[in-house]
Amino acid sequence: MNHFNQLLTSKTNLSSAQDFLNRRIFLRNGAAALSATALAGLLSSQKAQAKDPGLQGFPNFPAKAKRVIYLFQSGAPSQMDLFDPKPGMEKVRGEDLPESIRKGQRLTTMTSGQKNFPVAPSIFKFARFGQSGQWMSDVLPHLSKQADELCFIKSMHTEAINHDPAITFCQTGHQLAGRPSIGSWLSYGLGTENAELPSYVVLTSWGTGRPNDQPLYDRLWGAGFLPTQHQGVKFRNSGDPVLYLSDPKGMNRSIRRDMLDELAMLNRKDHLLVKDPEIDARISQYEMAFRMQTSVPELTDVSKEPKHILDSYGPDVLKPGTYAANCLLARRMAERDVRCIQLFHMGWDHHGGLPNAIKGQCRDVDQPTAALIKDLKQRGLLEDTLIVWGGEFGRTIYSQGKLTETNYGRDHHPRCFTIFMAGAGIKKGMSYGATDDYCYNITENPVHVHDLNATIMHLMGVDHKKLTYPFQGRDFRLTDIHGHLIKDILS
Amino acid sequence: MSSVWAERKLEFNRDIRPILSDGCFHCHGPDEKERKGGLRLDLESDAFKNAKSGFPAIVKGEPQESEIISRIFLSDDDEEHMPPLDSGKSITVEQKEILKKWIEQGAEYQGHWAFINPQRTEIPQAKGAKHPIDSFIQKRLNEEGMQMQALADKETLLRRVSLDLTGLPPTLSEVDDFIEDTSGDAYERVLDRLLSSPHYGERMAIEWLDLARYADSNGFQSDGSRDMWLWRDWLINAFNKNLPFDQFTIEQLAGDMLPNPSQDQVVATGFNRNHRLNGEGGRIVDEWFVETVIDRVETTGTTWLALTMSCARCHDHKYDPISQKEFFEFFAYFNSNDESGVLAANGKNGFNTPPFIKVPNDEQKKRILELEKSVKDAQSEIKKAEKMMAPALAGWIKEAREELGTEDRAPTLWQKLQNERVVSKGGSTFKKQKDGSWLGTGKNPPNDTYEIRSPFKSKKLSGVLIESISDPSFKGIKFGRSGNGNFVMTGLEVKLEFKDRKKKSIVLKLDKAEASYEQSGYPAIQIIKNASNLKKKGSKGWAVHGSNPSKEKALMAMFMAKTPISVPEGAELVINIYHQSVFSDHNIGRFRIQYAEKKVSSLDAKSGIPENLVSLVRKKVEDLGPEELNQLKKYFRTEVENPVSVAKAKVDQSKKVMDDFMAKVPSTMIMKEKPAPRDAFILNRGEYDQPTEKVGRSLPAALPPLPKGQPNDRLGLARWLVSGDHPLTARVWVNRIWERLFGVGIVKTSENFGSQAEWPVHPELLDWLAVEFAKPSALPQINGKPAQAWDMKGMIKFIMLSKTYRQNSSAPDSYFRKDPENRLLARGPRFRLHGELVRDQALASSGLLIKKVGGPSTRPYMPEGVWSETNRYGNLTKYKADEGEGLYRRSMYTFWKRTAAPPSMLLFDAPNREVCYPKRSRTNTPLQALALLNEITYVEASRSLAERMMKEGGSDIRDRLTTGYRLATSRSPDKQTLSLLQKGFEDRKIHFQEHHEAAKQMISHGKKEPDENLDPADLAAYTITANVLLNLDRVITKD
Repeated sequence: MNHFNQLLTSKTNLSSAQDFLNRRIFLRNGAAALSATALAGLLSSQKAQAKDPGLQGFPNFPAKAKRVIYLFQSGAPSQMDLFDPKPGMEKVRGEDLPESIRKGQRLTTMTSGQKNFPVAPSIFKFARFGQSGQWMSDVLPHLSKQADELCFIKSMHTEAINHDPAITFCQTGHQLAGRPSIGSWLSYGLGTENAELPSYVVLTSWGTGRPNDQPLYDRLWGAGFLPTQHQGVKFRNSGDPVLYLSDPKGMNRSIRRDMLDELAMLNRKDHLLVKDPEIDARISQYEMAFRMQTSVPELTDVSKEPKHILDSYGPDVLKPGTYAANCLLARRMAERDVRCIQLFHMGWDHHGGLPNAIKGQCRDVDQPTAALIKDLKQRGLLEDTLIVWGGEFGRTIYSQGKLTETNYGRDHHPRCFTIFMAGAGIKKGMSYGATDDYCYNITENPVHVHDLNATIMHLMGVDHKKLTYPFQGRDFRLTDIHGHLIKDILS
Repeated sequence: MSSVWAERKLEFNRDIRPILSDGCFHCHGPDEKERKGGLRLDLESDAFKNAKSGFPAIVKGEPQESEIISRIFLSDDDEEHMPPLDSGKSITVEQKEILKKWIEQGAEYQGHWAFINPQRTEIPQAKGAKHPIDSFIQKRLNEEGMQMQALADKETLLRRVSLDLTGLPPTLSEVDDFIEDTSGDAYERVLDRLLSSPHYGERMAIEWLDLARYADSNGFQSDGSRDMWLWRDWLINAFNKNLPFDQFTIEQLAGDMLPNPSQDQVVATGFNRNHRLNGEGGRIVDEWFVETVIDRVETTGTTWLALTMSCARCHDHKYDPISQKEFFEFFAYFNSNDESGVLAANGKNGFNTPPFIKVPNDEQKKRILELEKSVKDAQSEIKKAEKMMAPALAGWIKEAREELGTEDRAPTLWQKLQNERVVSKGGSTFKKQKDGSWLGTGKNPPNDTYEIRSPFKSKKLSGVLIESISDPSFKGIKFGRSGNGNFVMTGLEVKLEFKDRKKKSIVLKLDKAEASYEQSGYPAIQIIKNASNLKKKGSKGWAVHGSNPSKEKALMAMFMAKTPISVPEGAELVINIYHQSVFSDHNIGRFRIQYAEKKVSSLDAKSGIPENLVSLVRKKVEDLGPEELNQLKKYFRTEVENPVSVAKAKVDQSKKVMDDFMAKVPSTMIMKEKPAPRDAFILNRGEYDQPTEKVGRSLPAALPPLPKGQPNDRLGLARWLVSGDHPLTARVWVNRIWERLFGVGIVKTSENFGSQAEWPVHPELLDWLAVEFAKPSALPQINGKPAQAWDMKGMIKFIMLSKTYRQNSSAPDSYFRKDPENRLLARGPRFRLHGELVRDQALASSGLLIKKVGGPSTRPYMPEGVWSETNRYGNLTKYKADEGEGLYRRSMYTFWKRTAAPPSMLLFDAPNREVCYPKRSRTNTPLQALALLNEITYVEASRSLAERMMKEGGSDIRDRLTTGYRLATSRSPDKQTLSLLQKGFEDRKIHFQEHHEAAKQMISHGKKEPDENLDPADLAAYTITANVLLNLDRVITKD
């Protein structure tokens, strides 16, 4: 959308103009050199940009979800150790993965040189949970209590086999850098609900299962070729939650207010002369910045959360930068109508020592994820909040490195993996898709990453084929030229 | 608008192609696989044929007979309606009428304008216009009923050209000089001055760095550092010396292939090495080789041709005449670089990935010559040493005989330590036993380290012998203190230390190990291998488990150096024994250590001389047979310190000095063509593992052929681009510079000149400029030098001389409404500066800027955690800001890590430089406001600007405010502005006089200390005024 046009059509924000007039410090004290009419001119036409309404015609249809909380598990969690039990594997423990299963499919160069590919059954015990009888393993004691809220997709598949391209693919629909991320698309198409907070927020945390694991990249929440205001704003784990949010030491709120008024008047004066509407827009952006300096700290201040709520998210909830703390923030953002909230939890890349590492990861995410679902539900927010939980690909049934009674590792596996969804517009207590006995190939209802993204967009009220952006002569979209809605999981 | 269309003759390229391209070409365009109904509308030859439907799509002059017209006018829900409802494409009512009209008028086709060479168009007559550009612009404005604005005032104009040419605001004296200079050519002389500034190249480089995807890191997962700043320096220099654009192109794309290229010309090829390099564990090399080459094709295509070549990677291009085959034929020009296509093994640690060259500066070049000479000198010493080998051998034999002693007196190989002390770092207690061994008791920590110190009297030291002695107090096999009696010794350090602290300790470099017994997988030699990393947890080492050793009383391991060291007076022998294995408590339990002065050949040797040589040494030399003599010679040459080995060691030493020095000489990655080209194939669906037909190098048929006589390689391709007979190159560059100066290009889609390109707003002007660029006739001189072909400075100056460029940027409201993007140029350019310039300007106005040009990247302030919150891989995880001038250099030198790029640049629309980025967006957000208000750079700059106001602005408040305003905006404030500033200042001054602590805090941001001579309350109040000034819309805007 043309920025100029958008500004030209934006409505005057009366309440903010009123605010401005009410701050009559300047008038009260008088300013001899300014004529009354000139001053009136500077003060009266104060405009503020209304919240970004998104593109015309969007949402394309009534949205089931007002917002999405995407809990990205970076590094790729092992599906057969968490959600997709393969009890038959115990009988073939240590045997080579049959060629009839592998079918010559490519492997990463981390294991393609291995002499054999011994089948490694999961050491975790699986059971059915909830009325729906969903299978989950015993490393997820809290989440399993929410089984009836969840919809598992066990037949996810993707195209990339290494982390960087694979996670980039999930986020942007393309393995290589340069395309907009899913949150940026949603921000571009749907605009903001809360003008005082970014429409796309990202929170990151390190896992304790594998503390120095796969990194993340700016591009994962970048705007690509979309206007940069749609890039995700990463909330930081130390210092200001939003970059440059705090006033410098020595500055107080009232001085800041006065200097912004002074700045606005000077800019307004130039606007009267130059007529460039961009000046007007600039004035309102400074007003917005001022308001964010209050709204963001208010958002991140959890001191008024009751103890039982804090407890429900587990022991790490008050440690900034943990997954638990981020889940609580996600709920607070959901309450404030942030459009796209994305958590990235690192540490799931378990090439070796998987049993121990995955326990650590599950300690990080199990309780907070479950608490977030419960918390949203009890506030009535789960109805219009979509939750997605998953990583960039799956892991191999064969062990990377030595297989022992108590230890094994697993390499990357793009051919199948499991994610789950919950909340707005999603069937509860459901499992969709299936994999073969070796958890290697999909046997039923394959779901491509493009399909998942199309479905997320759909629940947000967006036809993924319609949300396009012309760049270098082509109409680009998140799902490239692919993507099918997964109708069977929609409630 | 419809009436306009009705009157004038429709033109295919301007009026029709955009409609067909957007609405129809997807299925009826160049892509054969997608083609529906056998209909192709982009080619004149096909559009009039009968399609599968049996009817022709277009019948000239007969819209009623044209299938295309009947289909598009069908109701939307009709199955036959075009474009199909589910295609996401649509044609507006107005467009339908245009198509109909065009067919009525005869349906004349034209080739796509951008693929037809530009012709020098006639300059239109426009009243009052003197400059060719003004004539074109004025003519169109007349048609639109608009007028150009008056010339901008001198202050505004000077700031505009200074920012456009150098990226820096004018100094106050430059402003004053220009105002005072009333001569007719004052403006032109300013342009010449700025075009000759070393900062011109810096300003010009910014957009080119985006196109070239320049960064200081490799991208992808670990995103470690690389060195490419030498290429950036080349770029700045190339602009500054006004390298013509044809040379500029050839050197960057194929400088390595020029005959006898200069070092500079080779460095230039770094353009196509600025791409990312994947170093992720498990990556498949073939896959990423293809991606690397495609990145190069895409970047070259976007930068020079403004074509999206890689759209044809998986299938024929949907809109442009580039087939998939042609894409891979183009690919074949770029796939024969001598490279793997992925990150080198040491790339994660900051090393460049081959091919690269070392680029020493003059001083370094001198030093390299010196070092080369010293290597040569040392090498010539070897020859001399050869002559000394015979007498040396005789001398050695004599010495060896003495060492062997007589038959009845065995030589002493191993000697006991004297008065040694043993300390366990982990807290075990060691007691000396009668046999001279040490027994550990008490605490047994998981990973212990023993330190043995002993005064050392011998003159030489060659190695040590460690005996592990079994003890009844141990369990299991009774050698170690662990549960099973085993130990894992992982490291051994033998060195000489001195009481005199100034003397450096000498480490005995062990290179041979032998044990009387070693557990499988745990050989003593492992200890030698661990020497560089003694404290590493989880190391393997020498262990002794098994059934054999339990029968032995003692197990031995000896460790020997290649060459003995001479021991200076007053040395103390220090031996450290490490146990860093994963097995806890596996510490050696009872041990004895002896040392050897001379080399000992093996554990069971009776002397330092191998058993088989003992008898030979004892013989008289003249009695030795030739074979026997050879044996001794060989041993002497390889195992004993001798004149040649000493000379060789000196060569090694001088080579090492050379290598160490060269490691410090910066390198930069380059293109280096392999002698024989690699094969190229069409890749099915663009997949690396699905090669099909083999293809050779060839240029797309829709573009001109390779000029005659040019080689069909990368060099030929570069020359083809700038042959002057190419429809795209000159247009693309001219359009880019237009976009940079005016905000929007003549073709708005500066990134795409394909058939989806926007129709140029001034097509004749674009062509006129493109022809003028390649073959100048009107370009001005610069400092008296006539323009040359492809003269970048000349073209920029030419544009800047136009009234179009010089007019005022303010205009009536109605002009902003009618032409919000200022395409028609009825007013001067006005738009926000790039993030780099916003910062540079703040540094310049405040006097903080360090104007040094070129060199390695710098690390200015950055909030904590930007690098480390999301990445613990690679060598770029802990950001440490520079201490001194690195904080205040121009932003284009800021260290660029692709996956966590400088945040304040990203906020101002800089791309992350992961891939070629042809055009930045220009947004206006609250996060930008926060950065300018609160980022330490701007707060410190505000304080420095405040100091300038106080020190350079006289003593009167209004004079000081005027100075500040002028420094920030280059113009003088009017009364009203001054009053507003004064009011704010005075209020704040009162506040800070009452709040001393706050005042001190306010002026203490940044590394620079505030001026102590200035009153803190005053300075704090001015600092906030300066902060207001630096945030003014007109300051962060070029107007």
